Amino acid sequence: MKFGDEPAPGAPLPMLPGHVSPGRFERVLRAGAFAVTAELAPPDSADPEEVYARARIFDGYVDAINATDGSGANCHMSSMGVCALLTRVGYAPIMQISCRDRNRIGIQGDILGASAMGVCNVLCLTGDGVQAGDHPQAKPVFDLDSVSLLGLARTLRDEQRFQSGRKLSFAPRVFLGAAENPCAPPFDWRARRLLKKIEAGAQFIQTQYVYDVPMLRRFLQQLEDLGGIDRVFLLIGVGPLRSAKAAEWMRTNVPGIHVPDALIARLRGAQDQAREGRNICVELIQEIHGLRGVHGVHVMAYRQEETVAEVIDRSGVLAGRVPWYPTRDTPQQSSELTADKVAS
Amino acid sequence: MYRVRLWSVRHARGLNLLYRILENLLVALRPLGRVLGGGERLERPMAAVERGVKGLMFDCKMCGQCVLSSTGMSCPMNCPKQLRNGPCGGVRANGHCEVLPEMKCVWVLAWEGSQRIPGGTESLQRVQFAVDRRLQGKSSWLRAVRERVAGAAK
Repeated sequence: MKFGDEPAPGAPLPMLPGHVSPGRFERVLRAGAFAVTAELAPPDSADPEEVYARARIFDGYVDAINATDGSGANCHMSSMGVCALLTRVGYAPIMQISCRDRNRIGIQGDILGASAMGVCNVLCLTGDGVQAGDHPQAKPVFDLDSVSLLGLARTLRDEQRFQSGRKLSFAPRVFLGAAENPCAPPFDWRARRLLKKIEAGAQFIQTQYVYDVPMLRRFLQQLEDLGGIDRVFLLIGVGPLRSAKAAEWMRTNVPGIHVPDALIARLRGAQDQAREGRNICVELIQEIHGLRGVHGVHVMAYRQEETVAEVIDRSGVLAGRVPWYPTRDTPQQSSELTADKVAS
Repeated sequence: MYRVRLWSVRHARGLNLLYRILENLLVALRPLGRVLGGGERLERPMAAVERGVKGLMFDCKMCGQCVLSSTGMSCPMNCPKQLRNGPCGGVRANGHCEVLPEMKCVWVLAWEGSQRIPGGTESLQRVQFAVDRRLQGKSSWLRAVRERVAGAAK
């Protein structure tokens, strides 16, 4: 999708009527396109080039890049740092904010700072418990939860004030998102819980991995019965499974991930399990694409980010559309975008 | 105590009723409270009683802003992430907690308990603001009475 008013990389797009952010992710969704987002694994490094290299993998296939915030309670470069780098060259990052590591004073400041740097999308998460990660001895904060965080972010944006009531001279212009897991108990509550997040301010939703489409259908049906369909942009989480063993490890050790036995059997029976995993992912995306109330997919391909382009390409969901990337409209330039070149 | 807490959720309907009666009783006893020196002097003994009773019944953490009636009599402060608005995405397939695998998810219990209370599932939908950490250790019963009287005066 090419807009007539493309700005210089890093500068905000003009705000369109009815939009809350000057970003391309909101534009793509509101224009009715099937959106694709992907998760960037933040490096264990202070080198900006590592971030750019990880972002470039997705060039031409994703509309926005999620910068995770200590996902799995493991320490990496901050989502704020990754987003700062990405916005410098014009990418549309989705800044994930987890409630695990910062209280409301830190988080409100971060939302202002992020918006000032050109971050247009914020994903409000509760976050994984510290026991899951590499610093289990850390103090979990959890001053807020995802719903109260949404409320707080919306107050900053729409009421132009901190929770304390103190006024802002300029409100952050952010498109607000939240997560949901259609495949975790209590199943009958999940759709209602999503509604609660919408009430609190969520405008888009990115779900946990969904490998069980019948379960997703049931969730969508419940959402429809509650009148929640199309009140929010819903992006379903998908990702290629590397092998039957990896799938089994994931469902046993990563809380909230449900992989049906039939899928694991199919992987086990395949000659090339990694390839079969990608095939399954393509099929899932195609099936999800046809579901009412779904507006996109969120690809999480941890440590196999190079597969995202193939999976999206084969699924055909972009329908010939080439999402923006820094050199898309100037192919004569080198595709090597480094921090040095940005600075010069 | 975990087992008493589970019992409390199973008896959410009766306990919720008891809570309403208690609240009405406290509102009615307000003149007596004033004779005894008002809310400030009652704060500590009342908080001590609450700590004992609610500690036993619900594993109460004395957050000072009780929402038990809106959460199926399952105290959300027992959630390791102290969520106040429903379950996280990490609930295990057996309905147990992501962080404490031997414990049933506080919010799975809340969902069960709220179905035993008339209007319970609707009150689960109410968006709860972030906890005011200054109220930690204070009596939420006295606070509820104060709020109700203030609400009636409006």
